[in-house]
Amino acid sequence: MRLILTTALILIVATVVGLGATWMTATRGTDFGTLTIGAWTAQPRIGTTEINPYARATVIRSGELPLGAGDGIAFIATADDDKKPLDGRCDVTVSGITPPARFWTLTVYDMKGHLVANALQRYGFTSAEIVRSADGSFAIRLAPRARAGNWLPTGGIERYQLMLRLYDTPVGIGTRTQRDAPMPSIATVNCP
Amino acid sequence: MIRLLMTLLAGLLLGGLVHLVSVLALPRIASRDAYSRLSQMTTVNTVRPLPTTDPDNAPIPFLDPGFAMAVCRYDLSSGPIKLTVPVSPSYTSVSFYTHDDLAYYAINDRSAGRRVIELDLMTEAQHAALPEDEEVTAADRLIVDSPTPTGLIVLKALAAEPGLRPQAEAALAAATCKVQTEPAAKPSEASGAKS
Repeated sequence: MRLILTTALILIVATVVGLGATWMTATRGTDFGTLTIGAWTAQPRIGTTEINPYARATVIRSGELPLGAGDGIAFIATADDDKKPLDGRCDVTVSGITPPARFWTLTVYDMKGHLVANALQRYGFTSAEIVRSADGSFAIRLAPRARAGNWLPTGGIERYQLMLRLYDTPVGIGTRTQRDAPMPSIATVNCP
Repeated sequence: MIRLLMTLLAGLLLGGLVHLVSVLALPRIASRDAYSRLSQMTTVNTVRPLPTTDPDNAPIPFLDPGFAMAVCRYDLSSGPIKLTVPVSPSYTSVSFYTHDDLAYYAINDRSAGRRVIELDLMTEAQHAALPEDEEVTAADRLIVDSPTPTGLIVLKALAAEPGLRPQAEAALAAATCKVQTEPAAKPSEASGAKS
């Protein structure tokens, strides 16, 4: 009797711990092989055959197709530079310059990777669309209501994430710091 | 008490094993991955345009709305595939994925270096079986090795401004992905560089 109980307990603990850990890592992702610059993170090997098993599990579970390394690299931000989660009810600016790339795009997604509905049907910018100042830097304003300049609507949702994709870029596996890849800063400027 | 601790420890160790096995097995057992989702809306060895990404209508998450996209779901069992993609004005790229969503190769218009991206996709066995040709000319034929007999080719053309979308879509509409009817002649050895 005691042996059966012990075996059952071992098996229950093993199932809960094992599948729980798999579910956690496949849903939230892990930090293995990530490149963090400011508020932005990327996984340079996600678009190669050297992708790690955890990143693979995340990709399979979410149903996305990662950018191939020969195409570009995707940086994601879920919080601003002060680690405050991005809130669609606030005004957030993304400003500065981007690493060298032939083109880049900045897109607003909800936490599941869907585009955020808005009346303007504007879901992001490409590098060719934005208004820049004389020195080439730019400022993009994310807000629920219309703003002057480069306005990206947030639809007023509670949490969102930003994805900055660089296409045809030297940024990749060899990139380590802000000096190699100057990413724009993210700041929450006004919160009701 | 010690017996209970030992039991828990054994459970934890076995749990670690369960975790490793399940992470490694996930790519084989998943049914809601990108390949499965896109299979329903594509025909084998045919380029199919994807609808414009919008909030209510996205076949898979995290698509870039700045791009016109098309997908060719390939099956190499009846022979190598020839892929031709005319280059659109801003930026065009072709990415290759195995049937379990591993990105094994990607190339853009600039690295392809001409007005049309042209390449041959084959399995490693088909590549090895190519007739050896003495007159291997310059890299005028790009050969990509697919690790699996089936997979996805994703074609993307950037619409740098909303007004350029029709041109980007037109470039992809003219793309083809077909089983080669005649054997590949004079292949060069510019084979699937790991990218």
